[in-house]
Amino acid sequence: MTTHPIPPGTRDILPDEMRELRHLHLAMIEVFEERGYGEVSTPAIEYDEVLARGGGRTADSAYRFFDERGDLLALRSDMTVPIARLVASRFAEAEMPLRLCYLANAFRAVRPQRGQMREFAQAGVELIGAPAPDGTAEIVEVLEAALDAAGLGRAVIGLGDADLYRQLLAELGIEGEARESLLGRLAAHDLVGLEGELGELDGIGDEQVATCMALSQLRGGPEVLDEARELGGDAVERATARLGETLEALDRRGVADRVQIDLGLLRDLGYYSGAILEVYDPAIGHVLGGGGRYDELLKRFGLDLPAAGFALYLERVHVAQMEEESRAGGEPR
Amino acid sequence: MSVEVAGMGRAKTGGPLKLAVPRGALLDETLDVLDAIGVDTSEVRSESRSLIFEAGGLTLVTMRPSDVPTYVEAGAADVGITGKDVLLEQSDRVVYELLDLGFGRCRMVLAGRRGDEALGESERRLGMMRIATKYPRTAERHFESTGRQVEVIEVKGSVELAPLIGLADGIVDLVASGRTLEENDLEVREEIVDCTARFVANRVAHKLRAAEVDELTAKLREATG
Repeated sequence: MTTHPIPPGTRDILPDEMRELRHLHLAMIEVFEERGYGEVSTPAIEYDEVLARGGGRTADSAYRFFDERGDLLALRSDMTVPIARLVASRFAEAEMPLRLCYLANAFRAVRPQRGQMREFAQAGVELIGAPAPDGTAEIVEVLEAALDAAGLGRAVIGLGDADLYRQLLAELGIEGEARESLLGRLAAHDLVGLEGELGELDGIGDEQVATCMALSQLRGGPEVLDEARELGGDAVERATARLGETLEALDRRGVADRVQIDLGLLRDLGYYSGAILEVYDPAIGHVLGGGGRYDELLKRFGLDLPAAGFALYLERVHVAQMEEESRAGGEPR
Repeated sequence: MSVEVAGMGRAKTGGPLKLAVPRGALLDETLDVLDAIGVDTSEVRSESRSLIFEAGGLTLVTMRPSDVPTYVEAGAADVGITGKDVLLEQSDRVVYELLDLGFGRCRMVLAGRRGDEALGESERRLGMMRIATKYPRTAERHFESTGRQVEVIEVKGSVELAPLIGLADGIVDLVASGRTLEENDLEVREEIVDCTARFVANRVAHKLRAAEVDELTAKLREATG
């Protein structure tokens, strides 16, 4: 038998796995459709200039190439930016809120020999034109239903605020490169480096360093909002107020139980603002998915609308599903 | 089969928090700190060949320091202790660095033969130095950030040998007392970074077992602060 290689980080899926994945795909889409989210599909290849509007890490597509006319194309690294493009072009006059969902492959650069996937499947939703806090609560409700449908009843949703540290650092007068570096440390949760860097900045006292450090470690139930407020400051006040409103909205829908407030949460995608989400399951050590509000993204496509969404990494959800099943002693489907 | 490292990252089924304990140079001080926070490490200290121990409400998993980020990233261990040198070399591993434990202090340095100008000569005349190291990524990053071209040669054993017999112009290595360098007629030319032992956590464990992780962090901070 001759083996013909495929690029590292890509893979073939064979019937046994595909059968299980298909179940999962159908379960996800059913949850989304039931809640009024219509499935869309967009091209895997877009103009680089369009994807670059996402900003941050998504702006830097790992795979760019020229077409036969010399136009610069890129492979999408997520679905949120393509859907923002789609909404601005096709649904600008539509009645809001607009509910869309997808099941799609996206592409990212990988680090060699780490078993990371270059091409990976995501299932997610985007809710356009529904502001915080209720729009956020709706997204969480759909996410919880999706996790239940996948058999991940133990999964936990972390809820944080994307603007907290940007505003807190601005309040402390930390700008430019120093701020970006600190945000990087926060996103990586490098507390030793964070403390060291904060300590070296002029005009930042021990107390302010301690506030930043303590804040990044606050996670748990609603009580952490009170603990955060005690640390003081306008940025903290505003973020805890936003999170408090989101919690109330979640309570009204009866979906607050599986949400863990996490003031240390910071996603490194370039377009998030306000509430951000991450999904964990006790059965596996990796994050299953995430999302949040991106109220400023549509503006970059000429449509000023609030929006929020989430995406689940389907391969990881499948791993977690298998672990949860074997833990429960059940047979795989 | 997927984004997971095969067979790992799937073993988190509750029970005691799993702490990855580094064998080798950091072991004794790690065990001293654990004793200080009330974890009885006598079994680990005995000449046992076991790799896994139950003590003080923790599961201690002993391994090479360089394996600690691998196990913690995958969630096979919830938390761990390892050197900053290891974390720098494996900076692409996603682990939360929660605490500087302060012990195991050593320096990552660039060293060359005493009185020998091979490093400077190569740089001046060839625009390129040959550097032998066990830390290729840390070395590359250091020279890249200081705008110099190097050929990094990765070796596994005694790196001091390389400049002595002409494999490299200099070495990047970890130095504690400096005695090994001295005995091999080498001297420090540049300090790259100070390294100490660090307490790290898996990011999911840090969220889902927050109370336990925080409690252990606080105890370790008190014992080492």
